[in-house]
Amino acid sequence: MIRDRARRWVDAFMTVLFSSTGAVAIVFIFLIFLFTFKEALPVFTDPEVRKDANLAQFFVNAKPAEHFEERYVWQPTSEQPKMSMIPLLLGTFKSTFIALLFACPVGVAAALFSSEFASRRMREIVKPVVELLAGIPSVVLGFFALLVLASWLQSAFHFTYRLNAYNAGLALGIALLPIIFTISEDGLAAVPRGYREASMALGATRVQTAIKVVLPAAVPAVFAAFVLAFGRAIGETMILLMAGGNAAIASFSLNDPLRTLSATIAAELGEVVFGSAHYAALFFIGTLLFAITFISNSLGNLIIAKMRRRMQGDAA
Amino acid sequence: MTTITMDLSNTRSRDLQLPPDAVVPPKIDARGVNFFYGTAHVLHDINLSIPEKQVTALIGPSGCGKSTFLRSLNRMNDIIPGARAEGVIEIDGRNVNDPGVDVVQLRRRVGMVFQKSNPFPKSIYENVAYGLRIGGLHHRASMDEIVEKSLRRAALWEEVKDRLGASASALSGGQQQRLCIARALAVNPEILLMDEPASALDPIATQKIEELIYELKDNYTIVIVTHNMQQAARVSDRTAFFMLGRLVEYSETKTIFMNPREQMTEDYVTGRFG
Repeated sequence: MIRDRARRWVDAFMTVLFSSTGAVAIVFIFLIFLFTFKEALPVFTDPEVRKDANLAQFFVNAKPAEHFEERYVWQPTSEQPKMSMIPLLLGTFKSTFIALLFACPVGVAAALFSSEFASRRMREIVKPVVELLAGIPSVVLGFFALLVLASWLQSAFHFTYRLNAYNAGLALGIALLPIIFTISEDGLAAVPRGYREASMALGATRVQTAIKVVLPAAVPAVFAAFVLAFGRAIGETMILLMAGGNAAIASFSLNDPLRTLSATIAAELGEVVFGSAHYAALFFIGTLLFAITFISNSLGNLIIAKMRRRMQGDAA
Repeated sequence: MTTITMDLSNTRSRDLQLPPDAVVPPKIDARGVNFFYGTAHVLHDINLSIPEKQVTALIGPSGCGKSTFLRSLNRMNDIIPGARAEGVIEIDGRNVNDPGVDVVQLRRRVGMVFQKSNPFPKSIYENVAYGLRIGGLHHRASMDEIVEKSLRRAALWEEVKDRLGASASALSGGQQQRLCIARALAVNPEILLMDEPASALDPIATQKIEELIYELKDNYTIVIVTHNMQQAARVSDRTAFFMLGRLVEYSETKTIFMNPREQMTEDYVTGRFG
């Protein structure tokens, strides 16, 4: 009887413990967002701040730039502050684009190799080694890209600027590889063996089986890998700060140096005047990054759920 | 005259590997087949001749090697690391274990249906068309025609003709298994291997599969592995009883069930062990 009651008590206690620790994580994320948003709020409410930092300034650049032909400029500390987010957004999306362009095919190909073609011993070597890449601190990757990768690319392609979107994107892509590889590989390995057998029994080769049966069956996992990689790419800071050239130029050209949203926060938050328009603008960038990752993740999850449902045939 | 004599001698030598009551020349002829998974010796010197356009059932307790034997007929064991086959398995006189044999071609001639129905997570149409596509057929009209014919042969057409684009996983278990049969038939094989095709199905779905097997044997040579003794008795013309990797007895089905030569066979088919 007593033991029974004790067991029930422990049970209740553990339930509370686990659900509260789970809740703590959610509360933290929510509080961080709240803080970031609160610091960015003057952009909407404070007239003093709004003189230099407002949505029109950020995205359409209503204020004509004097003695300067460039319309979209990020010069928050000049005598007349110019705070256009266009160059920063372009920098973020250019580097993310190159990074995904490189890392998605390479990561998925590596995952296919590991799950479909490598021998068991080979797989036991390949998988942990690629996953080890995830453990390299991004400052080390950035350092490598700044000194080594940029020089290689420079001597191979003779760019005008040594640090450019290609260099930053490739370095970022290296950071994305293990994410894409691991999640895709797990998804591919989870494809039932029966699919492979059925395909082989119909006279398909290993390559045909891998590409026409196994990969399509693992598409939700592969897509989830891309979404997660995109989120990481948007938020990644150190690699881009070091390898991107750190120049906020509103340019679509991949040959130009770039500056990303995240790198701007890292570079400037340490010296910003507390409570200034610049300060609020930096927090607005934080909120923006938050929103981009949140929206892309939610959208990604919706699409994945839809793909899963269609495969299972519930929504015909 | 000379030709006839040679033909006769050829037939006679083949007849020797068949039980005396066989009348049709063998489609599949296995001689001295041994099989190993790594160091485990799982098939011991199997000699078995399977006649054309009949149903041959392989029965025996779990782990007796019947599935391994079945899978060695289309070399599906090649996929398993460490698997090794010895001996001769001739299909129409050609040894499938020859190094020169094109496994892709072999598997297109020897179709297979598995224990667990395994339709691809694609549409019903795409499941049946898959074997044609990888075989290089892209002509839409002939594809449609073959898909319909295969689904009809698998007795599934009437149930799915209005929703060929729907996902195959929306079908019931029995329908999925018939879809897998249609998928195997689409590449026009001569032999159909079935590895316990009804073991995961309810009695009504099982009955449909059995009726289907009965119809299919007009056009195909069928080898079926089954745990279900009644099923073997119902659908097969010949039955081979395997035990611990050895072929114990092989004869007409009614002989195996009514009047087996070996005591072990009788004990097994009457349910004394298994």
